Order: sequence, then C-alpha cells, then structure tokens
Amino acid sequence: MSVVDRQEWDVVVVGAGGAGLRAAIEARERGARTAVICKSLFGKAHTVMAEGGIAAAMANANEHDSWQVHFRDTMRGGKFLNQWRMAELHAREAPDRVWELETWGALFDRTKDGRISQRNFGGHEYPRLAHVGDRTGLELIRTLQQKIVSLQQEDAERTGDHEARLKVFQECTVTRILKDTASEGGSAAGRVGGVFGYERETGRFFVLEAPAVVVATGGIGKSFKVTSNSWEYTGDGHALALLAGAPLLNMEFVQFHPTGMVWPPSVKGILVTESVRGDGGVLRNSENKRFMFDYVPDVFKEKYAESEEEADRWYDDPEHNRRPPELLPRDEVARAINAEVKEGRGSPHGGVFLDVSTRMPAEVVRRRLPSMYHQFKELADVDITAEAMEVGPTCHYVMGGIAVESDTAAARGVPGLFAAGEVAGGMHGSNRLGGNSLSDLLVFGRRAGWHAAQYARGLADRRPRVDDAQVNTASAEALRPFSARTEGEAGPPENPYTLHQELQQTMNDLVGIIRREGEMEQALHRLAELRVRARRAGVEGHRQFNPGWHLALDLRNMLLVSECVARAALERTESRGGHTREDHPAMDRGWRNVNLLCALADPGGTLAGTDPARGQIRLTRETTEPVRPDLLALFEKEELVKYLAEEELYE
Amino acid sequence: MSSYEARFQVWRGDASGGGLADFTVEVNDGEVVLDIVHRLQATQAPDLAVRWNCKAGKCGSCSAEINGRPRLMCMTRMSVFDRDETVSITPLRAFPVVRDLVTDVGYNYRKAREVPAFVPPAGLAPGEYRMSQEDVERSQEFRKCIECFLCQDVCHVVRDHEENKRAYAGPRFLMRIAELDMHPLDAAAEKGLDRGRAAQDEHGLGYCNITKCCTEVCPEGIRITDNALIPLKERAVDRKYDPLVWLGSRIRRRSS
Repeated sequence: MSVVDRQEWDVVVVGAGGAGLRAAIEARERGARTAVICKSLFGKAHTVMAEGGIAAAMANANEHDSWQVHFRDTMRGGKFLNQWRMAELHAREAPDRVWELETWGALFDRTKDGRISQRNFGGHEYPRLAHVGDRTGLELIRTLQQKIVSLQQEDAERTGDHEARLKVFQECTVTRILKDTASEGGSAAGRVGGVFGYERETGRFFVLEAPAVVVATGGIGKSFKVTSNSWEYTGDGHALALLAGAPLLNMEFVQFHPTGMVWPPSVKGILVTESVRGDGGVLRNSENKRFMFDYVPDVFKEKYAESEEEADRWYDDPEHNRRPPELLPRDEVARAINAEVKEGRGSPHGGVFLDVSTRMPAEVVRRRLPSMYHQFKELADVDITAEAMEVGPTCHYVMGGIAVESDTAAARGVPGLFAAGEVAGGMHGSNRLGGNSLSDLLVFGRRAGWHAAQYARGLADRRPRVDDAQVNTASAEALRPFSARTEGEAGPPENPYTLHQELQQTMNDLVGIIRREGEMEQALHRLAELRVRARRAGVEGHRQFNPGWHLALDLRNMLLVSECVARAALERTESRGGHTREDHPAMDRGWRNVNLLCALADPGGTLAGTDPARGQIRLTRETTEPVRPDLLALFEKEELVKYLAEEELYE
Repeated sequence: MSSYEARFQVWRGDASGGGLADFTVEVNDGEVVLDIVHRLQATQAPDLAVRWNCKAGKCGSCSAEINGRPRLMCMTRMSVFDRDETVSITPLRAFPVVRDLVTDVGYNYRKAREVPAFVPPAGLAPGEYRMSQEDVERSQEFRKCIECFLCQDVCHVVRDHEENKRAYAGPRFLMRIAELDMHPLDAAAEKGLDRGRAAQDEHGLGYCNITKCCTEVCPEGIRITDNALIPLKERAVDRKYDPLVWLGSRIRRRSS
C-alpha cells in the first residue's frame, strides 16, 4: 500500500462555499489551526450562483421588520416542520452577519439614505434581501475569500507563512471521514479523527488528522437531470456523514425552483432568479393569463392579493394591499407551473412565460437584473427587455440534510462532526424561502466554526489517532475504479458517465416534483440495479486530473443520497413543502411533528447490498420537540390550527 | 431541431508535452463549447481534463482558448462558428499546463495575496456604514469580476514574458487595487498606505500600456482599462510622470 501524506490540523472544513468559508474564518479567529478542503478552485463554489440576496431583518426598507417577523415567515415557508430553534437563531443573527460583511469590504446596493438596500422576495412579508444586483452570491464568496486572504496576510506578517494557521486545499476531494482509533471503546469511541481524500490534480491521497471536522459541502442536485446545480453537488457531505454514522434528516424535501430556463436544451435548468418576480415580473400561461391567482392555497389565502389591480398596487403601497401571488413560496409556484404545463397551457418549449418586458422600462431591467439580461441574451437569443422568458421548475436545493444540534451545528451521533449550510437539515423545514440560504450559510457557518474550534481545543492534549487500517481501506475504495476491468465481478465494466445519466433520469422521472407510490418503488429497484452496476464503474487513463475517475467515486455518494430521498419520500404519506404526493395531495397535521431519519442499514458493510426492498438505508421516525410557547405566541391562533395537530395546540 | 457533426481539435497532454487531438462530434441546437467537451468526455475521451462549475458564466472556471481567443467555454455558443469550420480548444497560454485544458493558475492566487486587504474605518461599528449608491457603483463594477483570469491570460505583459510575472500583478489585481482605492470607506490612507502609489511601485502598473486587450476579453464586460487602470495611473501620476496616462486621457477624451 502506498504511503499516504499525513498532516495535523485542529479543525478541517470540507467545502469552501459560504458556510465553509464562514466556518473557517470563525475557527481561525478563535485560535484553531484550520484547513479548508474544496473540490474546485478557491472562490468558485456553488454559492456564486446565488442571485437574489441575503435575507436579514435589518428593517432598512420597512421599519416594521424584525427578527420575529422573519422567524414567522421562515416557519410558514417551511410549513412548520422547521427545527424551530434554528429558525429563531437564524432570524435573530442574520443582520449581524450581513453588517459584518461590510466591515470585510462587501459593497451591497444602497438605499437613498446610504444603508443596505433590501428587496422583496417570495414568502417574505417585507423587503428583506440585502443584494448586489442579481449577483449577491458572488459578492458573498468574494468577500469571504478576501477575508481569508487578509487573515493569511496577518499570519504571514507574524510567522512568515501565509498558511501557518489557515490553509485552503483547493481541487481536493474528501472520500471518507476517519475515526479516532486512539482508544477503542471508552469515551473516544466513534469520535472523529480526520479525513481521507485525494488531490484532483495529481491523484495523490492524503490524510488530514483533526479532532473536529465541519462538513459544508452543499447539496445533491446532480442526482437529478434538470437542475440548477453544478457538478460539485453530488451529495458528498450527506454521504460522508451517513458513512461516518450520522443520520440524515427529512431527505424527502427537495426544492424545485419554479423558474429555470427551459430552452435551449443545453441550458435547461439554469436558474432564473426569483428577483425577477420580486422586482415586478409576472407569470403568464399560453392564454396570456396571470394564472397564479388560481393557486393560492388555503393557509395563505388572507395574505395574497385576489386581483391583478391589488397585486400591482402592492409594489408602491404594501401597507394597504396584499402581495401578488407570484411571490408565494417556491413550492407553491413550482407546483402551479407544473399544473399549467400539464393541462396544456404551457409555452412552446414546455414552460410558462415570465415577463418583465411589459412591467418596467428596458433600462431598469438591465440595471436591476444585469446577469439575467446577459444570460438570456447570450444563451437563448432572448432579449428580456423586449419579450417574455420561458421558464419551468428545476431541482435547486435540498432541505433535508445532516441532523444537527441547533445551537452548536454538531452532527448528532458522531462527536467532533459538525455541519452547516445546505448539507445540514432542519433549518428550512419542508421548504426554504428564497434569500434564507445565504443567511443560513453565514449564521450556521459561524456557529459551526465556533463550536468546532471550541471542541478541538478541549481535545488539545488528546489528539485523535487514525490507524493505517482505515487509511488502507479508504485507499482501496478510491482505487477500485481502476481495476474494474480486471476484477471478477459479474458483467462488463460500466461507463460512469452513462450510469450518472441513468441515475439522473431515474430521479427526475420517478422521484421528481410530483411523486407517486408505484413510481418511487420502481425508483428504488432501479437504484438497486445501478448500485450493482456502479460497482463495475471503470475508468481509463491514470490518476492525474481524471474526471472519469472522479465521477466514478462520486457515484457512491449520489446513489446513497438518492436512496435516502426515495425511501423517505415513499414513507411520508402527505404533501408538504418540497414533497408532493399525487396519491396523498393534502398536508396532514399528523405528520407536522414527525421527522424521518435515514441511517446506514449496515454500518460496517461494503455497500454492495443488492436487495432493493432492504437497500442500504434504514428509516426511523421521531417526534419533533414542541415549539417554545413564546415563539408560538408570535402567530394567531387561527393560523396555527391550519398546521398544528389538536394535541399540540392545547398542550 | 437540427444536429450536425462538427470537427474539433482539442489540446491533450501534460507538463511534459502534448498536441492537438482530432475529434468528430455531434452538435445540437443551442449548444455551447462546454457541452461539446462534456459529450467528448461521455463518449470518446472519459479522462479529458477540464475545469467547469456553473455552466452559466458566473463562476469563471471554464476558461480556455477557442480558436486562439481566450473565452469561457460555457458562454461560447456553437452557432458563432461555421458548420464546416474546425474548432480548436487549447489551454490558457499564459499559465503552465497541468493536463489537457487544465492549467496551473497559482500565479493569480499569489498575486491576490500581495494586495493589502480592505481597511475598515475606525469608529464605525458594523451596521453604521453609510454610502451612497453613486459612490459604491464604481467599485461594484470591478466586483463583478468572476476571476476567470482571461484578462491575466491575454495581457501581453505576461503572455509571452514569463519573467514579468514576478513584478506585475496583471489587470485583475491592478483592478482590485483600484476597487479598494475607490471604496468610499476604505481607511488605508489612515494607516499610511497609498494604494495608487503601491500599484505603481509594487504591483507593476507601469508595465501596462493600455492596449485594452483585457477589456476586450472580459466576459463580464468590465471596462478594466478605462475605469480601473487609467484612473489608477492618474492617481499615481502626481508622483511620477507617466506618458501613457497622458496618452490614455487623450484617447478617452476623443472617444467620449
């Protein structure tokens, strides 16, 4: 077995998007020597794709806004399944996290009196999203990246080495979280010991030993065919946590963003920001009707306009009018578009029309939505200042994720493991509001970095040890695709690209936006077959920057996560947020306080399990903790009865 | 929908050498060069190395030279080429090749570390920053930069002059200095740091002779030369006479 390079760090952060970088900054500022590992180049993370803004109740645009109102909107958006303490912390701390960015050099768009401008977004009662045109995610990443560089400059001044206390390992992939083998049994059993990974450029393996690991790897969208997500979104962190023994929470909730591009085929799924609607854009069907008025669900009836006239007045006079239904939470709008297309009122390329051209002057469109203007012009030959866009739902975000403690971001069940950002579950309940992701990254990225540093300090004199056996097993697993052609597995070697396409088609067709029992069972069968074939995924060439090899390794993660989604979706017999069952179309108050947890069925096994009925994942139900009374008191009783079960209300 | 077979030449190899490999590959309506590279990976060359991420012109990962011109592969539509034209894809020339279309862009990360960070103003707590939209707009233009490094690749100061890399930060990082210099609340001066002068003395601003190649290749349409580099030269000029600033301001005046 080849000798693997080993290094010691205090905190290892896996992922360098908003959550990972914020965690790394915090850990380093609290004294931990911190390593960040990312699959792409530093500064390219998927966070740059976020367009609309960062939700934070700063009350710059409407003085009535407060953390309580933000909390309320978040719980409504998530249909009350949110881990309420996370939603509370998020709403309370988001403004400080945004203001802090300004002290690191961020330049948000301004109000007339020089404060941070805030824009309207779906599900938010007041204009709440701090933004920079429609490229807010880029500003966030660049600001955090530059803050990290400034910390490295400080370290270089002090030590002569930029990377003495904070280092970014770019273009590296982690394939396993390692365990501390210092003392079998006893208090150290099951504790995190570090990570195993490979450098993409050279293919060399490495081990970073650390008592604390923060997983901040983002989402799972690359398991679906039509998605706004980049190649990095292969559910790595979800799978790493599962394999390390941590459960995943509520994986059935996948957000389909209502507005992705639908044409040309090569750009299908690319995001069209919700800001288009926040700033006045409207949805129309082929009959030129603003159809969203027909899709306001009961729980939101009192809060949305009933006529186009009222909706249009709202932009200038929000005190006396109700909001347009185009600004309903994303799950509602995505389902509505899906229904319109299905009933034959779609656009030529199978979407609906999203129009700003008749709503505001061309120069305003170009100023407020510059990258949308650019994107449609360059990729679809559509001038959005002159004609409507064609849009349809696209897989965008997973609400489910690693089950964490709300205050510390510590993963349940594995000491030393922390999770923040999209990969963590709970915060958004069954559906995330637009703008709540960037704030989530900052609030819980910071908390994860803080508690990881604190935890690591507590183990300073009992550093973990990782035995060679674990490292050898991880090496063998990572090298497997190179010997697929020679091993005695039944059947020919498989092309990883073909397997990936089949997986995406399966999830898209059978566990997509509208779900049916029979289809999900079929999906589980296909996943089981793909799992067997993926064991034979083979690659050509050598280990140096070999995308075929990288994909072959990512398949393990996508298959694990896809099974979690399918199995949990099959189990939850109701429709709520990002989980819509055609055979159980109503929201069921009995499910309101039920979490579904996914764990590995055979933790010590080889993942080769082929029985589709049994699979690799075991599901358990748990009852959620009751919402704290002072938080419940923020809602009217009439609203709560729509969500909560009888016994929850009167306890 | 109409498909056709296109001819491609893709550079394959590594630090020790390589050459153009010929491919014939299917092209469909609306596709971009990156789609074709992905099709090659899936059907003919599974180990073809390429960087990419967002596929929407927002992350700046998929930079390459297409028919010799630095471009983002995800934003270059196949419809801009004649169907019988052979399209070449080669790695960025100014950076050392790692493998195939992937280059070592470490130069850029080293230069980023040499630019002193934003200095927050003393006496203003978080949440107390007040700036007008008009004042932040100039720096905001530069913060649109997606760090694709096409400007760094095309700039003739380093494109064929490896020896200049040590002293020259390149358009992207000179623009970063301009961005901080124009930030309404940057307090570098209070700390005794003159950003304009540092650009000249420490980051090689003088090497730039405003040929505007950087502006031409910028996929974000940032007016790097006119809005960042020339004003930065003007800031430095009260200390040093630079004939190019004089020339630059004349050219600008004429065109506007």
